Amino acid sequence: MKAETLERRSFLLGLGGAMALGGTRLALAQGPAGDKRLVVVLLRGALDGLAAVAPYGDPGFATLRGPHAPPEPGQEGGTRDLGGFFGLHPALARLHDLYVADQALVLHAIAGPWRSRSHFEAQDFLECGATQRLPDGWLNRALAAMPAETPGSARRGLALGIDVPLLLRGPVRVGSFASQARARPDTQVLAALARLHRADRELGPAFAEGLRSRGFSSGVLAGLEPPPPGTSGFVTLAGSAARLLADPRGPRVAALELGGWDTHATQGPRLAGALRVLDEGLEALRAGLGAAWAQTAVLVMTEFGRTARINGTQGTDHGTAGVAFLLGGAVRGGRVLADWPGVGPGRLFENRDLAPTLDLRRVAKGLLADHLGLNEAALARAFPNSRDADPLPGLVA
Amino acid sequence: MTPLAAHAAIRFGLGARPEAPVPADPSAWLASQVAPLPELPGPGLGDIQAALRAQRRDIRHPGVGDIFRAEAAAWAARMITTRIPFAERWANFWTNHLTVSRRAFQTTAWLGHYQRAAIRPKCFGRFEDLLLAAYRHPAMLGYFDQNNSTGPTSAIGRRGRGLNENLARECLELHTVTTAARYSQQDVASLARILTGWSSGRGEQFSEADGFLFRADTHEPGTKRLLGREFPPGEEGGAEALRFLANHPATYRALAAKLARHFIADAPSRASLGWIEGAFRDSRGDLAAVARAILAEPEARVPLRKLRSGEDYAIAMLRALGLGTEGAPALLAVLTRLNQSLWNAPAPDGWSDAATEWAAPEQLMRRLDWASELAGRAAAGGGTDPETLAQTVLGPLARTETLAAMRRTGSARDAMIVLLASPEAQRR
Repeated sequence: MKAETLERRSFLLGLGGAMALGGTRLALAQGPAGDKRLVVVLLRGALDGLAAVAPYGDPGFATLRGPHAPPEPGQEGGTRDLGGFFGLHPALARLHDLYVADQALVLHAIAGPWRSRSHFEAQDFLECGATQRLPDGWLNRALAAMPAETPGSARRGLALGIDVPLLLRGPVRVGSFASQARARPDTQVLAALARLHRADRELGPAFAEGLRSRGFSSGVLAGLEPPPPGTSGFVTLAGSAARLLADPRGPRVAALELGGWDTHATQGPRLAGALRVLDEGLEALRAGLGAAWAQTAVLVMTEFGRTARINGTQGTDHGTAGVAFLLGGAVRGGRVLADWPGVGPGRLFENRDLAPTLDLRRVAKGLLADHLGLNEAALARAFPNSRDADPLPGLVA
Repeated sequence: MTPLAAHAAIRFGLGARPEAPVPADPSAWLASQVAPLPELPGPGLGDIQAALRAQRRDIRHPGVGDIFRAEAAAWAARMITTRIPFAERWANFWTNHLTVSRRAFQTTAWLGHYQRAAIRPKCFGRFEDLLLAAYRHPAMLGYFDQNNSTGPTSAIGRRGRGLNENLARECLELHTVTTAARYSQQDVASLARILTGWSSGRGEQFSEADGFLFRADTHEPGTKRLLGREFPPGEEGGAEALRFLANHPATYRALAAKLARHFIADAPSRASLGWIEGAFRDSRGDLAAVARAILAEPEARVPLRKLRSGEDYAIAMLRALGLGTEGAPALLAVLTRLNQSLWNAPAPDGWSDAATEWAAPEQLMRRLDWASELAGRAAAGGGTDPETLAQTVLGPLARTETLAAMRRTGSARDAMIVLLASPEAQRR
């Protein structure tokens, strides 16, 4: 326990111990790669990393966020401590349990190499693994390097939901699974549509009544009340993904996605609701995978972070660096991995966003190398032109 | 795209397709579609009779269902891909005016043939010819129970069978003069007598025609009076009566109003109504001339004034997303979800064109659900940029607040949901 605590400190102090290890990743790749599971969770809309994982130890943070900075660990409604400097949003209670069990790794001040702050472009880049649009995704190209499925087994790749995300599109055929429940647009989209309909004499009243009949009152749409229960298919899908992945003849790589992160206004309650759904979904993954959890790594990532300061509508706008999570029985967790850039005066990227100090591609490549056993050539195919982003070692046991 | 081009595609067409923008002269593009519709392949009367025969032998025989499904799929594929969307809308309008619904199950096998063979070839001709073609079609005759309507003093009637007024009543009330003509119950019974003998043959098994058959032995003899006019006995008397009704001033007025409600506004101005009615009168019911008059009516150029029916909405969205014939099953499925399943109107008056009918909470929620699925598929399929899609769906008719709301969303999918579920996407 003592050693782990020290290790956590060394990371949170920005010493970057694991990065210094370098060059040992081949030695770390062990066990039959065929049993490893990799799940990628795409958070579409840009999660506010500073709200999800608050750097309460940074004196600049309280100044920056003022009343929007959450209470510190130990206080009422406070964040859950991640080793004395960062605090995890209270809605991520089960993720915190995993952290305590050394099965969750938090990656902070992380970003892809793009800086455009456009959701659509950034999501495409996040998924295709390049800074130009490609027709296929890095996870599909990674599948191409894995041994093909044996007869009678499911496809190695699995897309959860109605659609196959770009991340998993490409020459390797993947399976897909959608639950019966139809995916509902998230509350913010409904709120935007309600606004657009309001002035319409013919449609306005009917649209508002329709939303009300589905449990979306004006309070819900304004982000003041939680959305009605059962609005997220994510938890169900995560549970289904887990059961399929747990099957010895099932898929080994899966992708699912969750929206609702684009919190331009009334971020507090909106984010809490979305994080709770994420937390429940991750728990459904863990529970459903059973013994296979020990062989599993789950990468949770988003297209970019949000502005460090709160905007004029109690929300945050599109930013740069943010947070990613890596969890699973195979993960060397219980740590926050961050070369912390600080959020005090003069430390922000373009005087507005958390500055990126860790390239998201390094995490993805590190996982593909050490968890799925991809060699250097396969990594280069998955992430073209990424020589400046070498695989991050030491992510998995 | 100019506002007028966008409007032409939305109001008069079935919605734009990404690869087929409206040409530079939208008026010429619309006018060029006022022309006889191309003939369509499909099962013939003999094929339909054979399927019905098989079904009579074994109720589980799939022949009738197969014919219906093939016809429906062909219709759906045509709606999504057609390059003459105004002409197709025009054919759909007249199919709906002369509604035959498969809620009367005996019509199911005939419905595709009805539109292909009775409506389409005549809908740019004289209204009287369209009416006659419809009334001679087994779909119409079956829907209104006309086949067994028997003149009380005809050869067969004297053995105890009698009149069925169904077709005669709906002819007066819905298809031609409407109650504005103040016809009496005697007129209804008289038209029913006039039309006795009009029926569909039962095919070769009974040594009868596959299609229309005039049965002299059920026809009521003698001259009949309808709306102050006399009509001779025989098949020709029926045709004369229908031509008379088709060209009645009250029919022109009623049809003008119905067309104006479809193409101009729920409450069209007196000027618009008069203009279209005038076109009917001046051309003696030439529907091509009427179509050209509507296209030239200035008030028909006020954009987004009409609310899309479920069918209109579904077709337009699939066209905007560039789907091909493979989209046909999706279209047919969503029509059912939007409570407008194909050729299945609840009553003989067909589907309504009024906003009050479509601006219902659950209707809008279902459109939203479907928009959300469509957007998901489009986002996943890649290559659909929300702003480009907005250009296809609405062109310059997209409101700035809608475009701004799209840009504020967190994903291409959400931006497309906002677009496809926006108020202006519900309009045409």
